[in-house]
Amino acid sequence: MWDYTDKVKEHFLHPKNAGAMEDADAVGEVGSLACGDALKLYLKVDENERIVEASFQTFGCASAIASSSALTELIKGKTLEEAKAISNKDIADFLGGLPRQKMHCSVMGREALDAAIDNYKGISRPKEELEGEILCHCFGVTEEKIRQAIMENNLTTVEDVTSFTKAGGGCGECLEDIGELLDKVRAEMKKRPPVEKQPAGLSNVQRMQLVMKTLEDEIRPSLKQDGGNIELVDIIAKKVLVRLQGTCSHCPASKATLKGFVEAKLREQVEPDIQVEEVVS
Amino acid sequence: MNKVIYMDNNATTRVAPQVIREMLPVLETWYGNPSSMHGFGGAVGKRLDQARKQVADLLQADPGEIVFTSGGTESDNTAILAALASQPHKRHIVTTRVEHPAVLSLVKDLEERGYTVTWLGVDRKGHLNPDAVRKAVRKDTAIVSVMAANNETGVLFPIDKIAAITREKDVLLHTDAVQIMGKLPFSVQDIPVDFLSLSSHKIHGPKGVGALYVRKGVRFKPFIIGGHQEHGRRAGTENIPGIVGLGKACQLAARHLDEETIRVGKLRDRLEEGLLSSIDHSQLNGDQNNRLPNTTSIAFEFVEGEAILLLMNELGICASSGSACTSGSLEPSHVLRAMGIPFTYAHGSIRFSLSRYTTDQEVDTVIRELPPIIARLRELSPFC
Repeated sequence: MWDYTDKVKEHFLHPKNAGAMEDADAVGEVGSLACGDALKLYLKVDENERIVEASFQTFGCASAIASSSALTELIKGKTLEEAKAISNKDIADFLGGLPRQKMHCSVMGREALDAAIDNYKGISRPKEELEGEILCHCFGVTEEKIRQAIMENNLTTVEDVTSFTKAGGGCGECLEDIGELLDKVRAEMKKRPPVEKQPAGLSNVQRMQLVMKTLEDEIRPSLKQDGGNIELVDIIAKKVLVRLQGTCSHCPASKATLKGFVEAKLREQVEPDIQVEEVVS
Repeated sequence: MNKVIYMDNNATTRVAPQVIREMLPVLETWYGNPSSMHGFGGAVGKRLDQARKQVADLLQADPGEIVFTSGGTESDNTAILAALASQPHKRHIVTTRVEHPAVLSLVKDLEERGYTVTWLGVDRKGHLNPDAVRKAVRKDTAIVSVMAANNETGVLFPIDKIAAITREKDVLLHTDAVQIMGKLPFSVQDIPVDFLSLSSHKIHGPKGVGALYVRKGVRFKPFIIGGHQEHGRRAGTENIPGIVGLGKACQLAARHLDEETIRVGKLRDRLEEGLLSSIDHSQLNGDQNNRLPNTTSIAFEFVEGEAILLLMNELGICASSGSACTSGSLEPSHVLRAMGIPFTYAHGSIRFSLSRYTTDQEVDTVIRELPPIIARLRELSPFC
C-alpha cells in the first residue's frame, strides 16, 4: 500500500475545484486514457491576467487526483506570471510530499498549467515543435520534458527520471537514451555557476528552510569567529530581515558584512534575488 | 480496524482456525528438532510425516514426492533450476507470458544469462493453445513451465493436454499450481506433471511455507544446500509450525473442495452479474467459463484501478487491481496486456477473489457500494 500523506488522502477523498468549467477562458489538457492518467485544467482569467477560478477533471490514481486538486488551490488568485513560477515540487510540497514513484503526478499538474497558459495566450503548436523530439514513445515524453524534470528536481538516476516523467516505464527501449541524456544534462548543470543550479522557484517553506540552514551552517560560524552573531527576525517573500548582535551590532563594517557577506551568501545558496535588511531594535 | 470485506484471496487468505489450533502445540510444547537423536525431537518428526501425507493426499501423490519449501516462489525457482542443473546440455525453456513473477522474472533472468526461451502467448480470453507447446518443444528443451490457473483472471490452462505432449516428447513439465489448489481438484495421477508448486497461505494456511511435488524418478538437484533435511532435497531445519499448518490446510482444502467450487462459484457469479449489469462500460477480463470458481476480473472504463481500490478501502472492501499505479510500475498488468485487453480498460481493472469465508451479505454490500464509487470517479474523469 502506498504511503500517502493525510493531505494527499484528503485531496483525493474530497478534491477541491473538481469538475468541468463551462465558461473557462483557458483549458489545458495533458495525458491520455492509454497512458493511465490525464488531466484537464480549466481557468477563468480576469482582465489583469489573474486566475480567478480554476477547476479540473482527472483520470488517474489517488495522487493524480490529489495533485490536480492541489494545483487548482495553488494557482487560484495568482496572476498567470506568478502561476508560471509554480513547479512540480510546489505541488508535491503542498501535499506534504508524494511517494517517489508518484512524482510524475505532480509533473502532470505543472504541464497542464503550462498547457492552459499557452492556450490562454493563443499558442497552439504541436508538442514536438514546442518541446522537441519524443524520446519515450510508450508515454509520448519529449526530450525537453525530461531535461526540465532533471534540472528542476536535481534527478540523478534513470529510475528517478521514470518516477518523475514516466519515460522509460513502458517497453524500456529508451532507457539507454535516457541515461545518455541524463549524463549530458548533469554535465551541463555542473558547468553552470551554482546560482543557476537552483530550481526556478522555491516554495516559501523551502526558501525559509534554506535560509535558516545557510544562516546556521555558513554564516553564523564566520560571524562568531569575529565575536558577533546574527538573529533571524522574519522572512517576507524574498526579503530576509535580520538583527546583528555582539561585536557586529556596532561594528562600522556591519553594512558591508550584511550586504557583502550575509546577502551574498544567501544569494549564492538560496536564490539570486534575495535581499537582506537589518532591523534596528 | 473496522470490519473488513476480504475479496483478495488470490493474494493471501485468512488462516483457518483449525490450522492455528494444529500449529499451537508445535510452537508451545513440541519445539524439538526432528533431526535430533532423542524422542522429544522424534515426536516432532511424526508430525512432519503426518503433514507430508496430508499434502500428498490432496494431490494424490506419494508422501516421498513432497519437498517442503518456504513457499510458492521457492518451489517455482527450485523446480526450474533443478531441471536445468540436472540436464546441463539442454539450454531451452518454454513458458508463458502470463506466469506469476516467481516464474516470469526467473526465466527472464535465465534468458539474460544465455538460455533460450520460447514465450507462449494467450488469446483475448486468456487461453493457451496446447498446440503452441507442441510447436515450441525442441530437442534441447530442458523444461516446460506453465501455470495451472492464472492468478489475475482465474483462467485455467490445459495442463492435461500439455502433460500428454511433454510425456510424448520426453520433456520435463512444471506447473505453478498455487492458485488452483483448494479451488479445483488436481491429481498428479490424472495429470502427469513432473514438478508442481503449491503455497500454504493461498489455501488458508500460514505464510512462509509451501511445497514442491517432484515426481518419483525425476532427477533432482537441490536449490538450497547445507543439510540433509527433506532427504537432501532442501537443506535447513524444517519450518515445523508452518509445515504442520500447511498439512492441516491441505486436509481442509480436500474436505471443502466441493463447497469451494459450488457455493463460492455461485457467489462469484452473483457478484459478477451484479456489477456488470449495474455499471455501464464494464467488461469481464478472461473466459467466463473455463476458470477458477472464486475469481473475477472486471474492467471499468474511464477510471483508474488504484483510485477505485482506495475508495473501496474507505468502506473496508479489499480487492486488487491490474492497473499500473498500484504496483508502482507504469504499465498495466502483464497478464491483461498479453491478452490484448485495451489499455483504456486495463487501467481500470479490479480483481475480486472470494473464499469459503465469503458471505452472501458481503457480496450484497459490494454490489451496492461499487456503482457509486465508479460513478464518483467518472464524474471526476475528463473522458465521461
